[in-house]
Amino acid sequence: MSSSEDRWLLPDGIEEVLPEEARALEKLRRRLLDLLRGWGYELVMPPMIEFLDSLLTGVGQDLDLQTFKLTDQPTGRLMGIRADMTPQVARMDAHFLRQSSPVRLCYLGPVLRARGDGLGASREPLQLGAELFGHAGPESDVEILELAIAVLQAAGLERLHLDLGHTGVVRAMVEPLELDPASQGALFEALQRKSHADVSDCLRDQPVPAATREMLIALVDLHGDGAVLETAHERLGPAGEAVAAALEELAAIAGSLQDRLPSVPLYFDLAELRGYRYHTGMVFSVLCDGAGTAVARGGRYDRIGAAFGRGRPATGFSADLRVLWRTSGANGEPRKVIRAPGGGDPELALAIAGLRAQGEIVVRELPGADPVGDCDRKLVLRNREWRVEPLGREESK
Amino acid sequence: MSDQFTLAVAKGRILNESLPLLAAAGIRPSEDPQKSRRLILETNVPGVRLMVIRSADVPTFVQFGAADLGIVGKDVLMEHDGEDLYEMLDLGIARCRLMVAEPSTLAATDDPAQWRRLRIATKYVHTTRRHFAAKGIQTEVIKLYGSMELAPLAGLADRIVDLVDTGNTLRANGLVEVEKITDISARLIANRAALKMRHQAVQELVNKLAAAVASAAGPGE
Repeated sequence: MSSSEDRWLLPDGIEEVLPEEARALEKLRRRLLDLLRGWGYELVMPPMIEFLDSLLTGVGQDLDLQTFKLTDQPTGRLMGIRADMTPQVARMDAHFLRQSSPVRLCYLGPVLRARGDGLGASREPLQLGAELFGHAGPESDVEILELAIAVLQAAGLERLHLDLGHTGVVRAMVEPLELDPASQGALFEALQRKSHADVSDCLRDQPVPAATREMLIALVDLHGDGAVLETAHERLGPAGEAVAAALEELAAIAGSLQDRLPSVPLYFDLAELRGYRYHTGMVFSVLCDGAGTAVARGGRYDRIGAAFGRGRPATGFSADLRVLWRTSGANGEPRKVIRAPGGGDPELALAIAGLRAQGEIVVRELPGADPVGDCDRKLVLRNREWRVEPLGREESK
Repeated sequence: MSDQFTLAVAKGRILNESLPLLAAAGIRPSEDPQKSRRLILETNVPGVRLMVIRSADVPTFVQFGAADLGIVGKDVLMEHDGEDLYEMLDLGIARCRLMVAEPSTLAATDDPAQWRRLRIATKYVHTTRRHFAAKGIQTEVIKLYGSMELAPLAGLADRIVDLVDTGNTLRANGLVEVEKITDISARLIANRAALKMRHQAVQELVNKLAAAVASAAGPGE
């Protein structure tokens, strides 16, 4: 039970947005949606809540744990509150749009996370994302990467770095081993932590060919600048064509990016496994000086649509609008309000409507109440004409 | 900017044993961390700072980028369940073992193969649960912050899970080691974003420390 002192407390990771911050967030939201519109990405609005089976189809256990669940009273079925809009948007493409040409969609809205991504992270991110369906090839990946950078730059983020990986590298090496889920989970966790000692430990009791063992251990060090791709070609050579193809795809993407985004440093990490179950090709995160974690993430996920009747190639990214705003360090601009007297003068009403139509903020005084703050001007009657005048010093406190 | 970084070091034994390795890698604090009351120390390398903090806080500082690198025991890392951390190097210092121990009177008749349900006092709640769950043993874990050895004597728990170095404290309190969970040593950890945005500076330090570790281990072992 809550006492009267803590009745205002919100659950962990949930926050309310007060006017100044809301103003800034809304301005940013409009700016970014306009940018996405200009790139040809059409806005969609997936439902906040739906049946759990459809919400979690094809996305794996990670999202299951993150999803709040409740029962639909009329049907008795389990429902979930969306924790990520990407699969919902993929379903819209697979099931409802049914086009054969590429489809570009974007979305922006709150999602709920049961656990939050680590300490201090919001459990109600304002998820912003863009997805490109129906094209399999480095060109669409490059478009999404370029768009992600454009969105972050428009949000005022500077000194961005791109971290690129490819799930095909690990997949081609690990899938033939047919490890049991627990051992594979432990191996992935050790790879993700880049711990030589733990990767060796995980492989010690497994029936893994010596060449694969060496390559998996080598993978821990395969991160760094562009030279990593060449080193990887040498060290992972015996892993076969699938690995070589993944490396070539990464090299092609990196080549185009260097032409189109010369100011963004590229970093490669072939042991990056975040979202492994879900992604099927290039994966990336965007890092920003001053932010300890990634500010946007994305990659290719060609399988999800299949669960809804139509497997289409897909690539995209998403970010949290709150994180973008906070990282950019932009402050909300103060508003400038015109104070107008009350009363039923039709001329006054006309003058106010005219000012509001021009985008001014006009607030009418209420009898017996203090005037609103942040006013810098007032409407006054001079020679039977309503005019806007600056507030005197003693009036504008 | 790109070659500056902050290194968080767990105070106590890990700090003492890290200083020679850091010195071999060319990093010396500008004042004696054992004596200084400052929490952030400058070093002889411009832009490189040391942060001396409690060991359980090191992964948190590094995970969220408050420090770029950290030196902390594997025991703390196993207990800290977080992403965005890389374990770059086993420094081979502050070596000890994470053990299950019990009173010698109990050990005289105890058979670990018969364990079904245990009541264990420990600082390492997650690690203990995970270890026994993997063996199909149910545990009731009592979280303590220190002096684990007291718990069986006072009847709070049957057994304890704790770090053991020489084993003197255990023996002095009538306890014996019955099962090893794992070997422990200090690790160099890195923040994911720091590694990727300041790769050269971080990798250079990792390489120097790796060389220092190799030469420290060389003739002795």
